[in-house]
Amino acid sequence: MNAIVLAAIGLVAVFSGYRFYSRFMAEKIYQLDPDFETPSHAMRDDIDYVPTNRVVLWGHHFTAVAGAAPIIGPSIAVVWGWLPAFLWVVLGTMFFAGVHDFGAIWASVRNKALSVGSLTGEVVSHRARNLFMIVVFFLLLMVNAVFAVAIAGEFINTPASVIPAWTAVIVAVAIGILLYRVGVGITWPTIIGTIVLYAVIYLGELFPIALPPVGGVAPAAQWILILFAYAAVASMLPVWLLLQPRDYINGIQLFVGLGILYGAVFIAAPNIVAPAINPNVPPATPPLMPLLFVTIACGAISGFHGLVSSGTTSKQLDKETDARFVGYLGSLGEGALAIVAIIAVTAGFSMTEWQSAYVNAESFGAVGGISAFVEGGARIAAAGLGMPLGFAQTLLAVMAVLFAGTTMDAGVRLQRYIVQEWGAIYDIPPLQNGYVATGIAVAACLVLAFGAGGADGAGGMIIWPLFGTTNQLLAGLTLLVISVMLVQRRRPARYTLIPMVFVTTMALLSALYQLSSLYTEGNYLLMAIDVVIIITAIFVMLEAVSALMRERRAAAGMAAS
Amino acid sequence: MADERTSASRRDTLRTLLGEFYMAPYRGAVARARRDEDDIFMLFVFAELMGVPNPATYYTLELQPVLLDRFHEWHTRMGLEHSPLDHFRCC
Repeated sequence: MNAIVLAAIGLVAVFSGYRFYSRFMAEKIYQLDPDFETPSHAMRDDIDYVPTNRVVLWGHHFTAVAGAAPIIGPSIAVVWGWLPAFLWVVLGTMFFAGVHDFGAIWASVRNKALSVGSLTGEVVSHRARNLFMIVVFFLLLMVNAVFAVAIAGEFINTPASVIPAWTAVIVAVAIGILLYRVGVGITWPTIIGTIVLYAVIYLGELFPIALPPVGGVAPAAQWILILFAYAAVASMLPVWLLLQPRDYINGIQLFVGLGILYGAVFIAAPNIVAPAINPNVPPATPPLMPLLFVTIACGAISGFHGLVSSGTTSKQLDKETDARFVGYLGSLGEGALAIVAIIAVTAGFSMTEWQSAYVNAESFGAVGGISAFVEGGARIAAAGLGMPLGFAQTLLAVMAVLFAGTTMDAGVRLQRYIVQEWGAIYDIPPLQNGYVATGIAVAACLVLAFGAGGADGAGGMIIWPLFGTTNQLLAGLTLLVISVMLVQRRRPARYTLIPMVFVTTMALLSALYQLSSLYTEGNYLLMAIDVVIIITAIFVMLEAVSALMRERRAAAGMAAS
Repeated sequence: MADERTSASRRDTLRTLLGEFYMAPYRGAVARARRDEDDIFMLFVFAELMGVPNPATYYTLELQPVLLDRFHEWHTRMGLEHSPLDHFRCC
């Protein structure tokens, strides 16, 4: 089948989801009110609470939720064939992610812009809030470990990406200084910064950097150590100096990247070589059901979006009716990235190459990943847009590294805040110290990165399905909050409750499956984490049943009186 | 003329949108960072009045009336319900 057909079906489907299903949700279920005074007006302080243009807010929401994860997940999941991955991404975006992101904004806006964590405590129970904190902690731990391993792998696969990827840090700092210290307007730094980023790709090609093994430490392990050392320093720097401009150029890159990939697919019109369903999976590949639904989390539904929706987006929403545009369309953007990632890894290869990358891979942990996306995507970009293949490879590798790197920067910083918060809650002053907290956060991530994948960190992608499981659990918790709110308002809750039950069940089943395989492999560190996830998943379900029954009884009591 | 105006207004719109896209996610964090810096500056300006020797007082003295408006907000944020200065009442 031609990739254009797949891209067109996918895009038309998700856009019709926006056009019809999100309108139904907005009018009948969430019942958005254009006259409702949103927190950005009611609590306006021009700092956190600021009414913001919905296009800007959509841009922010989209770039905050889309990154490396919707690339990595689909590029692993096509091992089962392109059809299951494609269906889950399209249907997941339409009926799960859109409803989840949109609903999280609505729930937060209706509750003084509280975060999903606080909302869980308010709407469900304090026990559920504690569960939420545990899930968030593990999610951040895994996101940092997984992305560090992914970046290290990409630096080794594409040594030309090393110089451009680190130059992005310098460009970001330069933009931050120009804006805040020199007082230059935004337009020129944006244009020059973007040009420098692309020009440096040539420099990267001229001077590829491959680290030699030093003192028995493999290059991948060296990169992971360097990346965490950088992330520790970056997380201590003021946000205006690095994180903010880095996020900004990352957002610009995302738009450029999507434009390049879709443009190339529509011009090159490559054929999909992968089978719709692949019966010849490599050894130790888990069954499609339930693992597909956690392998692709971001791109279909991801709990991480709820944190963004209720963290900053809801505080800046101008009108309640904008929630549909920002939330649903934001997740649709991520779905579009996942669709093009599926195309890159299934249409960017010859049949033999695809089979050697997926069918004949050593194990499930060795299939696809960012490198397959870079390789396949680059070939399509080269064929469609006439770019030299090497340039296209470096370009996509740099993009993927930047997406993962920015998430890692933010992840380590958030992890540090959590450690500091524990220090404050349990009155342990050393934990409240920024340096100590960062050290603990980074050490925990390093233990996971190396503990899961061995001394060279090469097998770190074993964590990926566990990361997806945790992400889905978080999504389940957010959907639970939305469902309880709907029951409280005596509206149909099935549109959020069915996705909630589905993702939580898939997360639990996946965690149970992984428990046995991790035990067989003797990976006791991940096994311990898996046990915590299983217990958490069971408690989430119990909390869900208890909260919903309580609200049903309350609603029935009100009706009777 | 009309074309010039249109292109100028397009540039303005682009600048506003890019600026908002840059600021929207970090408005709060940047404002807090700026406030923290301002708090330290307030301490420099009012240090001598609170008995903390500050060699820069000679230079910061004339800023005191300018910063008086922010004084109440600052000392309450620093955890002092009432003004710490006897001769400098604000609440």
